[in-house]
Amino acid sequence: MAEKLDQIFVQAKHELVRWLLCHVPGAWAEVLSALLSIATLLVAFAALFALTTLLERKGLGRIQNRYGPNRVGPFGLLQPVADGIKALTKEDVVPRAADQVVHFIAPLVLVVPVFLALAVLPVGRNMVVVDLDAGLLFFFAVGAATELSVFMAGWSSRNKYSLLGAMRAIAQMISYEVPLILSAVTVVMMAGSLSTVRIVEVQAGFSGWLPHWHVLTPWGLAGFLLFLIAAAAEANRCPFDLPEGESEIIAGYYIEYSGFKFALFFLGEYIGLFAVSGLAITLFLGGWTAPLPFVQWVPSYVWFFLKLLSLIAFFIWVRGTLPRLRMDQLMSFAWKFMLPLSLINLLAAGLWRFLPEGLTRWAFCSLLLAAAYIGLGRSLVQRRNLGRRTYRFAE
Amino acid sequence: MTADLLFYLFAACTLVCGFLVIANPFSLNPVTSAMFLVLTMVFLAGLFVLLHAFFLAAIQVLVYAGAVMVLFLFVIMLLDLKAEERRRLKVFGITTGLIAVGAILFIFLNTLAQAPLGASTTPELEGTTMALGKLLFTRYLLPFEVVSVLLLVAMIGAIFLSKKELK
Amino acid sequence: MSVGLQHYLVVSAVLFSLGLLGVILRRNLLVIYMGLEMMLNAANLALVAFSRFTNNLDGQVFVFFVITVAAAEVAVGLALIVALYRRRQTVHAEDLTCMKL
Repeated sequence: MAEKLDQIFVQAKHELVRWLLCHVPGAWAEVLSALLSIATLLVAFAALFALTTLLERKGLGRIQNRYGPNRVGPFGLLQPVADGIKALTKEDVVPRAADQVVHFIAPLVLVVPVFLALAVLPVGRNMVVVDLDAGLLFFFAVGAATELSVFMAGWSSRNKYSLLGAMRAIAQMISYEVPLILSAVTVVMMAGSLSTVRIVEVQAGFSGWLPHWHVLTPWGLAGFLLFLIAAAAEANRCPFDLPEGESEIIAGYYIEYSGFKFALFFLGEYIGLFAVSGLAITLFLGGWTAPLPFVQWVPSYVWFFLKLLSLIAFFIWVRGTLPRLRMDQLMSFAWKFMLPLSLINLLAAGLWRFLPEGLTRWAFCSLLLAAAYIGLGRSLVQRRNLGRRTYRFAE
Repeated sequence: MTADLLFYLFAACTLVCGFLVIANPFSLNPVTSAMFLVLTMVFLAGLFVLLHAFFLAAIQVLVYAGAVMVLFLFVIMLLDLKAEERRRLKVFGITTGLIAVGAILFIFLNTLAQAPLGASTTPELEGTTMALGKLLFTRYLLPFEVVSVLLLVAMIGAIFLSKKELK
Repeated sequence: MSVGLQHYLVVSAVLFSLGLLGVILRRNLLVIYMGLEMMLNAANLALVAFSRFTNNLDGQVFVFFVITVAAAEVAVGLALIVALYRRRQTVHAEDLTCMKL
């Protein structure tokens, strides 16, 4: 029964393809199967996007001691629909000086690659659109297009704020991409494969009560935290949202976007967040595997989406809690703290791999990482880069 | 069959975008050139996929479309270039350039036509990450290390050169 | 006629010529640089095609090295262009006629 429930979508797809093959030639089987997977993925993540916008506004409202949207539909549930209609019917303003073509293409360049990145995420047992041999590499390769889109949006608008925002955003994305990839490399080292499906399979199984998730090892925990911070920066989430800081440079690179194009940017940003959270789950939180042995009867995709939703909730919580960083703090944090720590984490993962199993390697790796964390953190704070802001010109 | 069609599609797109990089009839702005260069790289990655070099295709997109092009665009942003004003193109320069390149292209194609490439065997090679990695860390270990030193040198050089007070 | 080695080599040759044309005809240093990148990529395409049709992975390893070298070259070259621009306020090859900066 549990098995059937787990594979219900896979079975449904096979049945649907078989039924469709009665009407079309057999050579289309692969195309049909791929199209069905893609369509499901698009619908699922678009629905999740609508849900998340509502969740975020509600959650932020609660954190800031107000209600959040509660007018449209019961409990404000239809707010995303209203937002969509509003975005669709608004006038699409394009500045006269703007580079029309680039201005038009920029949101597409953001949205298409982030959806492509979803293709390699295993959302359940046997539920992945393509199992690529170099899946992780593919993910990061298509992720590179977001930087391009940010540049196109910022440059084509011919607006100083959007250009400033774009420069900030690209500098930030390049800086944080290094720790992001380096912390992912530790997992590749341990799993011995770049395929996301294989990485999840490595983490399936339990020793006693504990699952074999990578996050439950010293290097995995450090890698997970580094990955999460870098992911927040990549997705321009608070506290790293200064490329679009509303109070400083009024929405940064998409200041000149309105109507549906703005909605597309919004969509792209959220889907990017889902994709990178999904990757964090795949790499460190065991993908679709169950957290405890006795709940394994729950279908795999439920676990994936539960983990995804909790990560999203975490990001919303962070957004409601932490203040925005300053540009120099952001840069020094990336290069002086994240980068050395992720390199040391790489070393720790290597040691973990080659030390004999047991308490010694736990102690050794934890000590190494803790020492690195304390040392690097001390040096950052002592240079007053992350310390309290000192006002020199105004009192 | 599909692969052949895709080859023609990707090849045509690569060449058209490549042409638009160097001579865009609508604008001579370096930004437009850079964008078309990105497209060229992406279509080249498509060709790599058709050649079953999956790892290299991913690397191509990651390094070129990601890193190199962002570097280009960043520099263009930093330099605050106005659209390249239409300078009087020197007819002599253009004709000689065209003739020279045409001659080189002719030599290429002529050689290709005459070369005994043989009936291409049915290719079985898969450019998987595993196979490439094994080769890279066994037979090509020394070049691999040298290249990493080269990257370090380039990094130091770039940082040194872009410092403001260049003596 | 199915697509074979020859087809890829023709594409590579034409792409190389286009890059060369850009280097020769354009006067903007950045665009000249892009032309150089295209020439490198044309070589890459030829190498991958040879590797595929001769069942030999060495070509792909070589492409890996070429991409790395190109990345290093772009970093240094663009830094040079930025330094040059700071001094002379131009990136036009025609304006750079003095031997001394």
